[in-house]
Amino acid sequence: MAAKEHVVITVMGQDRIGIVAGVSKILADYKINIIDISQTILQDIFAMILLVDISQSQSNLTDLEDPLKTAGEALGVKIVIQHEDIFRYMHRI
Amino acid sequence: MPYTPQEILETIRMIENYHFDIRTVTMGINLLDCAAPDLITVSQKIYTKIMKLASKLVETAHSMEKNYGVPIINKRVAVTPISLVAQSSEADDYSVLAQTLDKAAAELGIDFIGGYSALVHKGATPGETKLIDSIPTALATTQKVCSSVNLATTKAGINMDAVYQMAKVVKKAAELSADRQGIACAKLVVFANAPEDNPFMAGAFHGGGEGEAVINIGISGPGVVKAAIDRLPDCDFRTLAEEIKRVAFKITRVGELVGRKVSEHLNVPFGIVDLSLAPTPTVGDSVANILEAMGLERCGAPGTTAALALLNDAVKKGGAMASSSIGGLSGAFIPVSEDAGMIEAVKVGALSIEKLEAMTSVCSVGLDMIAVPGDTTAETIAAIIADEMAIGMINNKTTAVRIIPVPGKIIGDQVDFGGLLGSAPIMPVRAFNSEGFVRRGGRIPAPLQALTN
Repeated sequence: MAAKEHVVITVMGQDRIGIVAGVSKILADYKINIIDISQTILQDIFAMILLVDISQSQSNLTDLEDPLKTAGEALGVKIVIQHEDIFRYMHRI
Repeated sequence: MPYTPQEILETIRMIENYHFDIRTVTMGINLLDCAAPDLITVSQKIYTKIMKLASKLVETAHSMEKNYGVPIINKRVAVTPISLVAQSSEADDYSVLAQTLDKAAAELGIDFIGGYSALVHKGATPGETKLIDSIPTALATTQKVCSSVNLATTKAGINMDAVYQMAKVVKKAAELSADRQGIACAKLVVFANAPEDNPFMAGAFHGGGEGEAVINIGISGPGVVKAAIDRLPDCDFRTLAEEIKRVAFKITRVGELVGRKVSEHLNVPFGIVDLSLAPTPTVGDSVANILEAMGLERCGAPGTTAALALLNDAVKKGGAMASSSIGGLSGAFIPVSEDAGMIEAVKVGALSIEKLEAMTSVCSVGLDMIAVPGDTTAETIAAIIADEMAIGMINNKTTAVRIIPVPGKIIGDQVDFGGLLGSAPIMPVRAFNSEGFVRRGGRIPAPLQALTN
């Protein structure tokens, strides 16, 4: 089994119907596995955070950027995609 | 989920709201093997080597930006001090090599290339003197080339002949670029105890002890530090220092990550992370504002030096744990034209050259991006440089001077360099004469601090 490659997708904005479905569809299209989802409201901003594993996908992180950005615009939210390493380095010793 | 939403959002907020970025990824390149008896050959070898090693630097940096969501503001190259490479030839004018560096930089798509430099703290060779004499032309006729000269070390003392010579070079560089507000001087730094691995410009060069090539990272984050301090308006100094340490840790970790990954991709060894808090003229990205958030009405008010000492130290302590290898300048930068808060402080009369000089004794850089009246004499500039060299020499630290005597400008004027170089109000210089001192010549001997064995 190949080593996992975790990417964090963060969706921020107004809570709305269709966000989870919209993002999941893109990930399914690119054959990307969702490992975990969490949601929070911080200072009135809704944030949904998906942890995904792209190691089994043909695509890499940069392939996902544009489709996610377009979807975000359509849904009225901001979508950020980052490799897990930045969070691991910053928040874990 | 291995990270809490708070952690994820904290990282994203740092980037989106508080201007967190990687200030520079700098590739150091050794050009010692480009020496040759004629300058044309040297020029060709330099060009070929730089293009070969750095051709994927910008592309790799872009891919890091996408992967981690952190902007990498600058991609740069630093080379072996050109005086070491050029003086094997018998040519008299080395500025053709500056043209070559400029051409390479333009083709690579990087923003600056540093290393049109010489290290003359103990004395200058004829070749080094030629390099120094060519600096005004080299900087006035190129876009991206940066130059630096090391004039003093704790072990060697201060080469006052070279100090005086460099003051004249600064004046000449200003004159030759008078149509552009003396911008050539914004690409020229003189140092005491110059580091060999500084990734920031204008003083970056690839030191003599370095290997073939290296990746050095300059981080930044004044906005992030300020935001952290804003959340603690009344805490005691110990708590304040702790909070700055934590923030510095987090910022530096990203520098460490990017450094390792760029190094892997380019197959060039990872050198160091330079922890310097480097401001930009953008609002919200100011070191002066950090000092003010600590409780000072204006940067430059009494207490500023103490505040900067705490900040500089806390940044180093937090950063040291965060990186496998710290180096470069690693402290807070106080460049006047590149810091919106500094500019304001000068304009309202809170911040003077004398206060800045005091501040340089506790932070990493020196008198940086200081615009002074165009009629400031070379002798006065030499004396200002000598003061900074003395602070560096006695305290065993790096100090530097990047001063711009703007032709035709007087106190009350403002000069705009554009981009990251920012804009600066002309600062007053004490109107008393230092000529007798500066003209003495020779070397101020190394202090007792040099005897560390």
